[in-house]
Amino acid sequence: MSTIPLYTRYQFRETIRIPMAALGTLAFPTLFMLLFVVSNRSVSGNTAAATEAAGQMSLFAVISAFVFNLGAGVAEDRAKTWHAYLRTLPAGPMAQLGGRVCNALCFALLSLVPVGLAAMLLTEAEASVIELGTTLFALILAGVPFAFLGLTVGYSMPLKAAIPTVQLILFPLAFAGGLFLPPSLFPDWLDATSNVLPTRAARELVLGALTGGGPPLTALSIAVGWTVALGTLAVFTFRRDEGRRFR
Amino acid sequence: MTRYQARAIGASRRFGSLNALDGIDLDISAGEILGLLGPNGAGKTTLLNLLTGLRAPDSGRVELFGGDPRQPRNRQRLGTTPQETGLPDTLRVAEIVEFVAKHYPKPLPVDELLERFGLSELAREQAGSLSGGQQRRLSAALAFAGDPGLVVLDEPTTGLDVAARDSLWEALRHHNRRGTTVLLTSHYLAEVEALAERIVVMDRGRVLADGPQREIKSRVRTSTVTVRGELPELPGVVRSELRDGAHRLLTHDSDRLVRDLVRSGVDFEDLTVTGTSLEEAFTALTSTGNRTDETAGRRA
Repeated sequence: MSTIPLYTRYQFRETIRIPMAALGTLAFPTLFMLLFVVSNRSVSGNTAAATEAAGQMSLFAVISAFVFNLGAGVAEDRAKTWHAYLRTLPAGPMAQLGGRVCNALCFALLSLVPVGLAAMLLTEAEASVIELGTTLFALILAGVPFAFLGLTVGYSMPLKAAIPTVQLILFPLAFAGGLFLPPSLFPDWLDATSNVLPTRAARELVLGALTGGGPPLTALSIAVGWTVALGTLAVFTFRRDEGRRFR
Repeated sequence: MTRYQARAIGASRRFGSLNALDGIDLDISAGEILGLLGPNGAGKTTLLNLLTGLRAPDSGRVELFGGDPRQPRNRQRLGTTPQETGLPDTLRVAEIVEFVAKHYPKPLPVDELLERFGLSELAREQAGSLSGGQQRRLSAALAFAGDPGLVVLDEPTTGLDVAARDSLWEALRHHNRRGTTVLLTSHYLAEVEALAERIVVMDRGRVLADGPQREIKSRVRTSTVTVRGELPELPGVVRSELRDGAHRLLTHDSDRLVRDLVRSGVDFEDLTVTGTSLEEAFTALTSTGNRTDETAGRRA
């Protein structure tokens, strides 16, 4: 277990030195924050709307860090002979996997910095320290099914397929889940579809924490359902990959 | 304590319909340098993968320091190298060595290791900016980071220039004198000949020959007769080739070949008889003509 911090440290160092990888994680949420929220006075000038939008963008930042880091990261690991070499060292397979997950978590937290700063400095968004604390907790928890999604993609396809797949899943899911525009602007059919999506459930949980409203039970059960389903899929793809390469 | 650093006991491994390893028995004793030879697809890498815990045998057993190599704690005295171009590009040389060293209970000091492999000057360079030869040197150095009891090197000289190869060989000898057991595979047969005391020849997932270098060579007992001239058909020639205008004839009985050559009455010059190089012994052992019937039968 003591090897997980070691792996996290080196993987983080390895990733952060690739400018596009580091920038990609930070740039998208920041860009969207500026584009959808800050530049739109009717949102950024209104405390309730700005707070909601900042919550949505924070969730998007966390989700994209998880999905990109784990999806592309694991697919890349699998393609490199270096990672087979690491398996001959006196550390188990969990060291690499644990390091990957912690690395993704670091990037998720890092990506919250510019979004939070923009919300604080450039909009009328407001939240108490306690609300921010519970929101951070909710963000990480709500991000878990997306970590599983990332792992599933990473363990089931090569890098060249993993990156477009992640993009193809992430952006429509984020939009339909109400992470770019609030669902109150959705037509009825989209709102109805949106309600069963993991992104929408995660959004409701995060906004519940941010506005002090507490977790809505329907969203919570949908989120748990997605977590179990995607978790099962991730374990299945991990085991299948292990079986192919290391049995 | 077991006296074997690593063992395979009737180890078999299939990949689909391919019998990569077919009931291999191999003991690697402490302190020896063992050269594993065989053509591509012989099963060398599969055997190394079993011994280093990357794969499990379908049947039979493998042991590393008396335990299952699949258990991380049994790999604490094992050193291996990553394959070529497998290093993390953005990490610095010293960082990579340090990272690997931190897996082991009693690693070698990083500076000492870098010095020994001529990497001190490159310590701050990112691995991606190294030349192919420098990357290979770094890869080889990693095998020694944990001050291992057994070092396993798969084709360690691929892509090395002569100087780098010599310093790798020197490092191997140095660590071997200090008690490290070395298991290596190579296509550069002459080099294994210079290093390995014991040689195991593999083909098609089986051990064809296993013994001291001298014995392996005498087992095939071939000599090379080199001669210039218009030669008649001669009996007892295993293989012949024309190199630089001279015939090189591989034979099991050079005395008889020379007698036959003299009796034939043809003009010839520059006759030399030389002993077998390992390369020739190896060719003779693995060429189809010298296969045992059993091996040939298995192919069908």
